[in-house]
Amino acid sequence: MAKIIVITSGKGGVGKTTSSASISTGLALKGHKTVVIDFDVGLRNLDLIMNCERRVVYDFVNVINGEATLNQALIKDKHNENLYILPASQTRDKDALTQDGVEKVLNELSERFDFIICDSPAGIEHGAQMALYFADEAIVVTNPEVSSVRDSDRILGILQSKSRRAENGESVKEHLLLTRYNPIRVEKGEMLSVDDVKEILAIKLLGVIPESQSVLSSSNSGVPVIHDQSTDAGQAYDDAVERLLGAEKPQRFITNEKKGFFKRMFKGAATA
Amino acid sequence: MSSDTGTTIAPEAHKSAENPPVQPSIKLKASLAPMTALELTSFEPKQFSEELAAKVAQAPSFFENLPVVIGLEKYEEPSLDFERLIEICQAHQVKAIAVRGASASLQDVARNHGLGILAKQKERNAAIDTDTPAASEPAPQEPKADEPAKVEIKTETQISKIVHHPIRSGQQVYAADGDLIILASVSAGAEILADGNIHVYGTLRGRALAGVKGNTKARIFCQSMAAELVSVAGQYKISEDIPSSTIGKPCQVYLDEQTLNFQKLEL
Ligand SMILES: Nc1ncnc2c1ncn2[C@@H]1O[C@H](COP(=O)(O)OP(=O)(O)OP(=O)(O)O)[C@@H](O)[C@H]1O
Ligand SMILES: [Mg+2]
Repeated sequence: MAKIIVITSGKGGVGKTTSSASISTGLALKGHKTVVIDFDVGLRNLDLIMNCERRVVYDFVNVINGEATLNQALIKDKHNENLYILPASQTRDKDALTQDGVEKVLNELSERFDFIICDSPAGIEHGAQMALYFADEAIVVTNPEVSSVRDSDRILGILQSKSRRAENGESVKEHLLLTRYNPIRVEKGEMLSVDDVKEILAIKLLGVIPESQSVLSSSNSGVPVIHDQSTDAGQAYDDAVERLLGAEKPQRFITNEKKGFFKRMFKGAATA
Repeated sequence: MSSDTGTTIAPEAHKSAENPPVQPSIKLKASLAPMTALELTSFEPKQFSEELAAKVAQAPSFFENLPVVIGLEKYEEPSLDFERLIEICQAHQVKAIAVRGASASLQDVARNHGLGILAKQKERNAAIDTDTPAASEPAPQEPKADEPAKVEIKTETQISKIVHHPIRSGQQVYAADGDLIILASVSAGAEILADGNIHVYGTLRGRALAGVKGNTKARIFCQSMAAELVSVAGQYKISEDIPSSTIGKPCQVYLDEQTLNFQKLEL
């Protein structure tokens, strides 16, 4: 039985797809059989970030509609044999995702994988609800600004009331992933701090991913940033994956000083 | 929940209990603790879970770790999946401890699942039907054929509604006929309402409306005031009209002659 984890946010453009790519890659790198599903039907881009867009023949909606088998639609990652991608259709709309259809696909995947990562579309409508409905756990991706935090709060309410687990009286395990964090702007008071966000959302912090140029260059080259452990964002995602698997790790990249400290450490190690 | 004191071992357990050899560490006392019974007429896991969830949602505090007896007087199927039943109860923080009025064969199965066996409910009047004013509609005595009411709650001693989790943006919680107690924060964009008082043991960032049926004596208490709107019996103030001296502070809000008063709670 796989663990189903939705990566969701409410607000758009906060880093869900970036996080889905790195977290699924991280799980696979640590030996877990992982599949990442793009629920953003109509706006495919997980396959771009994972650099497999030219290998897409069939997609998630084809499988739901019985037009293709899972084996035909699943794309094996180039870098890691434990990782598969189930791409979204560009030509349909989100209503093509039916609850029964999604359940059928998840059940089938559940027998073959340890982790199923669901990359949710933005918003709180049908597409986002389909992505979170069957989740055992949720990673709520939030940027350190008021509107993103508010939307995350909203999504947490939906997870508690409209997911399958909620309907069965169980709870979905919630994780906060604070992304695009810029300690300098936090110090200047231009962004909310980790503590501000933690206090408002009151859920466990999975990790803080710094705002980083490396994220842009890695998504342009189609290699999820977690592959590059010389980058701050890559290390931060690796920490987050370890925590997801149960490890206790201190938070890094939260303060400006610490970042400097780690930079010096890293430089020291590299020249030694 | 029960007003009972001392060790509560039911008389039935007495018979098989052996006398402790040396210093007695337990004392057997007959006890009469009011017990809630879940009376089953059928068991279909999904439906049972949904109905139980709905019951629990009405009074979460009442159910927390509540021991219940599974009443099987009206259950006529030959078998029952006790494992699922216990599991679902557990998932809702309800603890099934015994069966009552089970057929001989079901008693065996129940015993194997660690459940106690109680004799059949004698007469209707032996049941403790206590409906407090908070229970707005009395539990139906007979499940009607067209109604899916399979879980009947016989005892209800709940007055306030207690919520243990944060109230999120877009959510609304209403305590009819009583107080609303939130042991967490209330997010901006959330709304909480009560016919009685409202207590928030966290930060109140959303909207809080006490005394919504017109009770001018109702009050709002919160650990930290950051509300978007507060209202007592229809008299309201929005955030910009809330005195800044109370923002971020423990605070109570009450009506005094048609005007809303904000008072810091500093002892
Ligand atoms: N840590 C980061 N540092 C810098 N840029 C980032 C970071 N995380 C994400 N981005 C950038 O933010 C943009 C949006 O990211 P992404 O596509 O992952 O968001 P999304 O939440 O999936 O968006 P959508 O809601 O449209 O699906 C991208 O250009 C991405 O490169
Ligand atoms: Mg995306």
